Amino acid sequence: MEKIGAVLVVGGGIAGIQSSLDLAESGFKVYLLEKSAGIGGVMSQLDKTFPTNDCSMCILSPKLVETGRNPNINLIINSQILGLEGEAGNFQVRLLKNPLYINQDACTGCGVCAQECPMESIDIYNEKMVINHAISVKYPQSVPLIFSINKEKCIGCGICQSVCKAHAVEYSQEKVEEIINIGAIILAPGFDEFDPSPLKMYGYGKYKNVVSSIEFERILSASGPYSGMVLRPSDGEIPEKVAFIQCVGSRDVHHAHPYCSSVCCMYTAKEAVIAKEHQHQVNPTIFTMDIRAYGKDFDKYIDRAKDEYGIKYIRSRISSIAENPDNDNLILNYEVEDGTIKTEEYNMVVLSVGLTPPSDAIELSKVLGIELNEYNFCQTDTFEQSKTSKPGIYVCGAFSSPKDIPESVIQASASAAHVNILLNSARNTLVTKKELPPERNVQGDPPKIGVFICHCGINIGGVVDVPGVVEYASKLENVEYSEDNLYTCSADTQQKIVESVQTHDLNRVIVASCTPRTHEPLFQQTLQEAGLNPYLFEMANIRDQCSWVHMHEPEAATQKAKDLVRMAVAKANKIEPLKRTILKMSHKVLVIGGGISGLTAALGFAKQGFHTYILEKTNELGGFAKNIHEMLTHESVQDYISNLINQTNSNPKLDVYLGTEIESIDGFIGNFKTTIHYIDNGERKETTLEHGIIIVATGGVPYEPTEYLYSKDPRVITQIEFEKQLFKKDIGSDVQKIVMIQCIGSRNEEYPYCSRVCCSEAIKNALKLKELYPEKEVIVLYRDIRTYGLKEKFYREARIKGVLFIHFEPESPPELEKINNNLILHVNSPNIGSLDLNPDLLVLSVGIRPPYESNEKLAPMLKVPLNSDKFYLEAHVKLRPVDFATEGIFLCGLAHSPRTIDESIMQANATVSRALTYLSKDEIETEGIVASINAVKCSGCGLCIEICAYNAITMNEERNIAEINSALCKGCGACAASCRGSAIDLFGFTNEEMYLVINELK
Amino acid sequence: MTESKDNIEPNNKSEVKKDFEPKILGFLCNWCSYAGADLAGVSRLQYPPNIRVIRVMCSGRVDPVFVADALLKGIDGILILGCHLGDCHYGEGNYEAKANYEMLQILLKNIELEKRVELNWVSAAEGTYFSQIVSDFTENIRTMGPSPLSPKNKDFPEKSLISKMEAIKRVVSDGRIRKLVGRERSILNQGNVYEEKVDEDKYANILEEAVQTEYIRNYIYVTLKNNPSSVRDLSRKLKLASSEVLSHILVLRQRGLVNLTTIKDLSPIYIAIE
Repeated sequence: MEKIGAVLVVGGGIAGIQSSLDLAESGFKVYLLEKSAGIGGVMSQLDKTFPTNDCSMCILSPKLVETGRNPNINLIINSQILGLEGEAGNFQVRLLKNPLYINQDACTGCGVCAQECPMESIDIYNEKMVINHAISVKYPQSVPLIFSINKEKCIGCGICQSVCKAHAVEYSQEKVEEIINIGAIILAPGFDEFDPSPLKMYGYGKYKNVVSSIEFERILSASGPYSGMVLRPSDGEIPEKVAFIQCVGSRDVHHAHPYCSSVCCMYTAKEAVIAKEHQHQVNPTIFTMDIRAYGKDFDKYIDRAKDEYGIKYIRSRISSIAENPDNDNLILNYEVEDGTIKTEEYNMVVLSVGLTPPSDAIELSKVLGIELNEYNFCQTDTFEQSKTSKPGIYVCGAFSSPKDIPESVIQASASAAHVNILLNSARNTLVTKKELPPERNVQGDPPKIGVFICHCGINIGGVVDVPGVVEYASKLENVEYSEDNLYTCSADTQQKIVESVQTHDLNRVIVASCTPRTHEPLFQQTLQEAGLNPYLFEMANIRDQCSWVHMHEPEAATQKAKDLVRMAVAKANKIEPLKRTILKMSHKVLVIGGGISGLTAALGFAKQGFHTYILEKTNELGGFAKNIHEMLTHESVQDYISNLINQTNSNPKLDVYLGTEIESIDGFIGNFKTTIHYIDNGERKETTLEHGIIIVATGGVPYEPTEYLYSKDPRVITQIEFEKQLFKKDIGSDVQKIVMIQCIGSRNEEYPYCSRVCCSEAIKNALKLKELYPEKEVIVLYRDIRTYGLKEKFYREARIKGVLFIHFEPESPPELEKINNNLILHVNSPNIGSLDLNPDLLVLSVGIRPPYESNEKLAPMLKVPLNSDKFYLEAHVKLRPVDFATEGIFLCGLAHSPRTIDESIMQANATVSRALTYLSKDEIETEGIVASINAVKCSGCGLCIEICAYNAITMNEERNIAEINSALCKGCGACAASCRGSAIDLFGFTNEEMYLVINELK
Repeated sequence: MTESKDNIEPNNKSEVKKDFEPKILGFLCNWCSYAGADLAGVSRLQYPPNIRVIRVMCSGRVDPVFVADALLKGIDGILILGCHLGDCHYGEGNYEAKANYEMLQILLKNIELEKRVELNWVSAAEGTYFSQIVSDFTENIRTMGPSPLSPKNKDFPEKSLISKMEAIKRVVSDGRIRKLVGRERSILNQGNVYEEKVDEDKYANILEEAVQTEYIRNYIYVTLKNNPSSVRDLSRKLKLASSEVLSHILVLRQRGLVNLTTIKDLSPIYIAIE
């Protein structure tokens, strides 16, 4: 059977986008199917993202644009799947394209039709809180930026057709069926928000001031119904007291769904913080059962919410809400931990609604022949959670279980990795190369500068007088053209920039908008599409460093924006085209770490024919997972890991080095050289490996406790030690009462992070104990039970089977005393007061630690950062969760942060896909901003060689001058600043350019 | 509107409110009703002298804004006369007049002025009918007394009524409503762009809802022009649910007609932009 080098990705949310981008960059043709009229999914509706408070649209928008403009991604919007035939590697999918009543190719997204449309419709994107028109675009930054007609609301007056200059309106469109031939399918249909209307006790839909969290998200958004002001719907007043109610539709066996929705604790904390930031009068209170801040840096965020923003947490489940008819306030009845019933009035209530499977889940499963689980989420393999029950069909995002953005992005890349492996032989068979017009030679031409100034919705325009800045810019030296844009980053503006470059014969372009850190590549690509060298570009950051930080001084901000634009113009007058170096890409991979993550990644590469080196510090493969016997769902971890090790040892593409120590890592993406010592047959040997990619899978270690008489009394053991005994069925009859204490060495001042796995590990072992020894008693002392997602089921099962859970506050942790050789544990619980326990065995759920010493040694060699907890720090918490900022290096497993086995495997697979975006190519382009040495001026003093952090400068002994390897140079410019004789200059930031800019500071 | 009955005697009795002489404005189409009025003259048919006639080429030319403007100026009654349906010199101009008139009636009912505007058909041969209509209309208006917007009205000026009338004038000049009225006949007669037949009642409901919604929005706008207010202030003043006021404010903000000026205690204060 012939394999097809094309993939169908179902769902255009962030997961589907990530899968599509990975695969399109790895040599596959992608069909991205979206049921609505635009991609972006729920992330496009969010105001900010936790735990960094990044503006959601700002980080998403470049990805949307990239997806929209990738020549190998075919966006099929407003469509659904009707049928599937064939098998893994060669499927035929029958699609139904619903009519947009707009010719997608002709529509420019100008919006005149909507302005002229007399029929109003409900704005779904804004959660029905405002109106739009019967002809509308999904949202202003939507990709593709095209309008479509809502036939339900349209009366068919024909006005849109008569005003459309592009002749894009086609009322005669009908449903069209189409069959596409593909090799694999990735399902990323996302989730639906839980509809709280059936839960009468909350009064949603009845009381105007009870809103859902997604509605509140739109309320917070600057592009939302209230323009970012926190107002309540009944009367548009600012609510002072806002109550957030957790677990609406989640962890609720009787009324809704039994599972935990994973994301609500964090998004609620974020919404509370942002509400307070937007409107200082707002005082949020969060009603919660547990605070499930289990992810990387999440607990720190909760601490900040409490300490810096004064967000109040009350541990309670609301029993009922009533409306005060006099003032539309809401009266909440709830029981606090000590059992007293309280009544309190709030101005507004936000229901933190959970995630449910998408409404078309059942239909999708029938059409595709995949299984769903008990909740109607997609059934997955236990270890490889991106595999569905059907070969060739993979899953990512919330469709497989409720999850946040980074986990969705990781799973998206993991799915793409499986596709890479499946369709390896068909790679590069159906792709087309991006056609760029030839680069115009502008050398020697007088500068003709175009300035594009962004309103960024109201982010800039709400503070800075943008038209005033446009007017000002138009009068600056050599400025040929200037204009303002609502969103300069949107797809339609890119087209406008290209057109302006051509119409006005521009040869330098300035964008005054947000930060070049996120948006420069986008605009540079636009320049290339306009036939200009991408470096003939400057950005003025008038949002992040102007309007956002001088919100209350519009005049000063406007003046500053003008200054920043003037400085950019001054520089633009001098900038020259730069050249990007082409690098050969070595197709070998180095994986550091032979644990479950490292082996998974290595096998992923080997299966696609990439030779991979595995470096393991210890003398055997397997890593941390060797401590774990079973998954929560009872599958044997030991069998799984033995199988992985066997596969590794028998794969000819894999070289394993044990007892390894890394001496040095030189080079750069595509061309790394790593020197190692290793043990071979008891002998210490040295070798240097050449490779193009590095995967950091260095793992973690368990915390060695000093608390609770550990190592002083044999009855005090760690959870890992307990698991070992338990699975050997080695718990003596003298042990009748077992007490587990959670968060040992986690979530304290010294180690402020949550170790994520300890709650479910404790529950797993408690359940196993109850299974093997039903008569034995087990008590779990906890701060918050964090059985996020579908793991919640086991928490419930444990309670049903008689495991006792007792809550304690970190301020008064359990205290252990040894009296007459008896262990007495004094417990102080807010629910039941003080009590003493006499455990026969005290089990400490110890946290996961990064291997401090080796991380601190390896990080500088890799030139990658660690976070404050000394885990490796990824390039971007949300959207680049397994990438490092340094190209060609990726991370997975416990090196990233504490996580479960299946989550580590997912990350490992994700690194495979991310790396394939490079490995699938024979050569890659480097940055053009590099330093250069003027040989005439160089005295050969060698100072720059010392300064260079990247070993990019060497001495040419013959000529006694320093020379820079531009492939190694990262363009920091430290050498230029240190050079005594001004012999070194940095392209893109030359001395001359810098002085010009400084001189503009009047 | 009543069908013409030429044999009916003109009613010239004007007994009530002798002290009040209403100001009546007539819009007459050139081809039928203006000719009918001339015929009344030739025939020496007497009718009250209150009416001032403005000649238009077609009743379809009578922009509802003219009518609203006249009402705002305190005219007590307005009579729009065209050719009988089917007889229009231009084909179907009088149907346009009818559509506009019906839309205007929806609005005027809100302030109980609808009886002060009448649309009727008078042919070039109906001199008698013309004089009868004018006489009856004048008498009706005389019975009603001066327009509440007229300087003659003892309660004048009632500010909120002026605001409401200003709002109506804005509605009838609004593109959205003019489009819905303008396309009404072609959609109902020939089907819409999807070649579907549209139910007459359904269209009437859509139009009425749109007209009334725009009336409230414009009333809020006019009110904010005079007085920056919070949602709650407007809710009290306009006797509308505050959530409804808020939703209209959001639309007006989308349209760039209303802006936030300041926040007083916990209440955002909105102002209309000129």
